[in-house]
Amino acid sequence: MTDNNLIKKLWQRPSTIIVTLLFLFLLVVPKIVTGYYLHAVILIIMYATLGTAWNWIGGFAGQMSLGNAVYFGLGAYATACSQLWWGWNPWLGLLLGIVLSGIVAFLIGLPCFRLKGHYFAIATMAVGEIVNIIFTNWDAAGGASGLYLTIKESSLLNFQFASKVPYFYIVLVLLVLATAITIWLKNSRSGYYFRAIKEDPEAAKALGINLVNRKLMAIILSGTVSSVAGSFWINYMLFIDPPSAFLIMTSVQIALIAVMGGMGTVWGPIVGASIIIPLSEGSRMFLGGTGSGIDLVIYGLLIMLVAIYQPGGIVGAVNNYTKKRQSKKKATLKAVQEVSE
Amino acid sequence: MALLELHNVTKRFGGLTALDSVDLKVEKGEIVGLIGPNGAGKTTLFANIAGYQKPEVGKIIFKGKDITGMPTHKIAHMGMARTFQVVKPFSDMNVLENVMVGALMRRPKVKDAHKKAMEVLEFVGLSEKADFLGKELTVANKKRLELARTLATEPELLLLDEVMAGLNPTEVQAAVELVHSIHKQGITLLVIEHVMEVIMPISDRVAVLNYGKKIADSLPKEVVNNPEVIKAYLGDDAVEDGGAYNVGN
Repeated sequence: MTDNNLIKKLWQRPSTIIVTLLFLFLLVVPKIVTGYYLHAVILIIMYATLGTAWNWIGGFAGQMSLGNAVYFGLGAYATACSQLWWGWNPWLGLLLGIVLSGIVAFLIGLPCFRLKGHYFAIATMAVGEIVNIIFTNWDAAGGASGLYLTIKESSLLNFQFASKVPYFYIVLVLLVLATAITIWLKNSRSGYYFRAIKEDPEAAKALGINLVNRKLMAIILSGTVSSVAGSFWINYMLFIDPPSAFLIMTSVQIALIAVMGGMGTVWGPIVGASIIIPLSEGSRMFLGGTGSGIDLVIYGLLIMLVAIYQPGGIVGAVNNYTKKRQSKKKATLKAVQEVSE
Repeated sequence: MALLELHNVTKRFGGLTALDSVDLKVEKGEIVGLIGPNGAGKTTLFANIAGYQKPEVGKIIFKGKDITGMPTHKIAHMGMARTFQVVKPFSDMNVLENVMVGALMRRPKVKDAHKKAMEVLEFVGLSEKADFLGKELTVANKKRLELARTLATEPELLLLDEVMAGLNPTEVQAAVELVHSIHKQGITLLVIEHVMEVIMPISDRVAVLNYGKKIADSLPKEVVNNPEVIKAYLGDDAVEDGGAYNVGN
């Protein structure tokens, strides 16, 4: 098949058209919504990115990490600390965050990958809590009260802007990059290997797959991209403290976004974030202090519903439906042909 | 030099000796059958050869290299593949993708692996099921899929663990033919099998395990008349009766 044909074929798929339209719509979103609502959209896109990064380790490689907030927080703290301590540019801080998160992901993965299933999830959760406690007690890094970035002139070099609009476009670029990585992964050797490991590690070994190396690759990839989202977050909020960086709820939320939208799918985390974030923001807005925790109840309910009725998540369900319809169509076509012959 | 050599391989699980000083040689181009009553240690032997377990004592040499305790994936890269007694298809991947995972070992490019996988599916007769999910196949086809997946790694030595158990006579016939055509491709086979009528005619040599010990290793014809083998399978009385068990030829 030539590339031209491939593009043509892609165009015939309704999903491509929907995604393109959605993307074009997103480009003009800042012209339509402002203020808090633009902030909400930025949140959705950032969590979609975090969910996409989780999807690589959780959805593809099947390692249920409940500690992905660690990398997010490290990205944020690396940017903040390097600026406050050494006067680094935030972009340099972003790079530092990537390196640090990569190393931490490696160090977490090496021992934790010896654990299977739930035990891996519990171990990553514990690591998250440990990091949380370290930062809460580390006075040079702001301790429990957190860190503020110094406000600078509004420019791309400083990664600070007076308006929300540039932040929106930056985080959108980040999501597009993350999604591109998923698409690449789906069609690469690593993607196939990740899925094989998720399905049956024993069989995967027999086919020449180095389990430890591949899982480390997945967790490092996931960690570094999550860290970039964290660097974005600190430059956007200009403030970070341990609860907003390392809370276990953040880790759970990240995982839930991908699980609900569809593990191992390209668009699942985006769909998941579009549902979960408005839910949590909405409950916070309408119920205020009296309803704090109600979003957790809703999360629990959603997890149960997805686990019981649709383990493939929303995108998985849609894919199943279209696949069934296509095979039905094929069968009918075949039957008609046989009759006419 | 034999393709695979086992010297004095011993594996213990607590007080139980699952493998007791097993020696075995598989020459290039052979089909060697491995039989024995339930619990004789056949699958354990496979697990030790393929690097899933490490023997306490003894040496396993593959292609002249000591592979005792080497990780499974490295052994696979050296050209040894195995199937599992309890089939392990990648359930939520389709048949083509299943086989592609195997093909990717020697062909890192997805496009090349795809081509190789299609060839292998054609060879084992599963190409019409390429779009089916692993879990949607019948048992016979799941076994076929597992064979296809291992074949896609282009092995020199293939360990088959009861690929014919649970199949009906027609399916067994088809599987035997498949084993023959795999052998014709120049692949050496070590085959665990319970179906006696199948293992005897296809094997060049048959080794018998009982309680972890190798009690016989010779031509199929000789093995079935070996009193110790008959005793292992049918008990002491059968030997006194003169060993009535016989194969078709």
